[in-house]
Amino acid sequence: MINLHEVIETNKMIQQENLDVRTITLGISLMDCVDPDLTELNRKIYDKITRVAKDLVSTGDKIQREYGIPIVNKRISVTPIALVGAAACKSPEDYVTIAKTLDKAADTVGVNFIGGYSALVSKSMTTGDELLIKSIPQALSQTVRVCSSVNVGSTKTGIDMNAVKLLGEIILETAELTKDRDSIGCAKLVVFCNAPDDNPFMAGAFHGVTEGDAVINVGVSGPGVVKKALEGIRGEDFETLCETIKKTAFKITRVGQLVAQEASKLMNIPFGIVDLSLAPTPAIGDSVAEILEEIGLEYAGAPGTTAALALLNDQVKKGGVMASSYVGGLSGAFIPVSEDQGMINAVEAGALTLEKLEAMTCVCSVGLDMIAIPGDTKATTISGIIADEMAIGMINQKTTAVRIIPVIGKTIGERVEFGGLLGHAPIMPVNRFSCDAFINRGGRIPAPIHSFKN
Amino acid sequence: MIMKRTVITVVGKDKVGIIARVCTYLAENNINILDISQTIVQDFFNMMMIVDATNSLKQFDQIVEELEQIGLEIGVRIRAQHEDIFDKMHRI
Repeated sequence: MINLHEVIETNKMIQQENLDVRTITLGISLMDCVDPDLTELNRKIYDKITRVAKDLVSTGDKIQREYGIPIVNKRISVTPIALVGAAACKSPEDYVTIAKTLDKAADTVGVNFIGGYSALVSKSMTTGDELLIKSIPQALSQTVRVCSSVNVGSTKTGIDMNAVKLLGEIILETAELTKDRDSIGCAKLVVFCNAPDDNPFMAGAFHGVTEGDAVINVGVSGPGVVKKALEGIRGEDFETLCETIKKTAFKITRVGQLVAQEASKLMNIPFGIVDLSLAPTPAIGDSVAEILEEIGLEYAGAPGTTAALALLNDQVKKGGVMASSYVGGLSGAFIPVSEDQGMINAVEAGALTLEKLEAMTCVCSVGLDMIAIPGDTKATTISGIIADEMAIGMINQKTTAVRIIPVIGKTIGERVEFGGLLGHAPIMPVNRFSCDAFINRGGRIPAPIHSFKN
Repeated sequence: MIMKRTVITVVGKDKVGIIARVCTYLAENNINILDISQTIVQDFFNMMMIVDATNSLKQFDQIVEELEQIGLEIGVRIRAQHEDIFDKMHRI
């Protein structure tokens, strides 16, 4: 039987160390909504989402009450809309009507984000893919809850450099259309390499085409819990350090597994995966950078950061894999800048640069995330940053992503305030040398060789 | 209604009658106490009860709220949670 000490430990994690279930994300397939008539398509999409997800929010709230664990977000991901809309949409504006339908459906069922305004173009773009990508700036500026992502590369296919070039322009255009709100549209747009089909975290969530009709995926979080556990073993060797992270990750993930199974049972929708990511928030004590500091760095970004992050990421996976039968999504440590107070501090102290962040993405679960750059950055430069990040993912057989925000009208030394979970950030300097000729070549980078690994 | 075993925790400044008050509520609502343990750390009262509320006529939500309310009245924090969350976290 459970003892008092264990009960106190669990409740301390929840009450003092910000342990929470970050999101219950309901994946919904929209393949059966496909229709050549746009009005009919929109109607079917709205009906299906509001039907399947009608109990999502109340179920999340019920689990929160019964187990006493906060469930911060309830969200929805759908089949990439480029596929769903291809038969009906003849222009970017046609796609925007679907974005508005998604926004309305999300509002009706009471979720704060809906992901899947997406295209998968890792080799090249179909007409529908291209129209959707071109509609992203309008879609994100005219909706509140819709999140968009584009997968432009994979280890198996290489990188679609035409899409990379286009997305540099699209990101700038999205920034321009939402410049009255610090270009917040870009915070809802992720460019991926090797995007997972079952990621529950926004803004990159979509319901992959290999998934079933509906599925429950859960993302857990708890950087504060790991930080607290590490405070107790200061000065100990790496074995003790790793063991502590592993054990803590196990406990956190078990909670996610429990919530996922319970939600699945209550809603009668199959359980997909638990994503065991350490996802920070701007709240004090909910930071991945602070874990890195606790491991022994003055600031995130100091020499040793990549090694510390590699170790953290790996131990989180090792502990988590044992705790859940189905682990998926991104699983690891997230390093968004604006959403993590420790990262913000590191940037402001001059310890953390874009280049160091790029190195860190080689060993962590995602990529260049929530980074504000000057609004006058050229489209080709943004494409160059994307291409670099995609190459890291392609060669290392891992997911990488870019969610970068050129803040129109602001430059280095200024700050942006996105509010809520998206946080705030100092504008970071970008390498000012040109990559125009490289980006303007067009075509694609071939798939890498799968042997001779060095 | 059928339900799982529940863990009730009470945390707060020690005073006379905390256990009595909680137990009275449980008895009135036909909730059976299976186990009680408590400790006092630096004047702070920590108690845990494992209870079986299978025969209670009230919904779990209502029990959670009413216990929380009693906690507010006597100046301690009372939580009721399904046992699973502790079991999953601390047992393989």
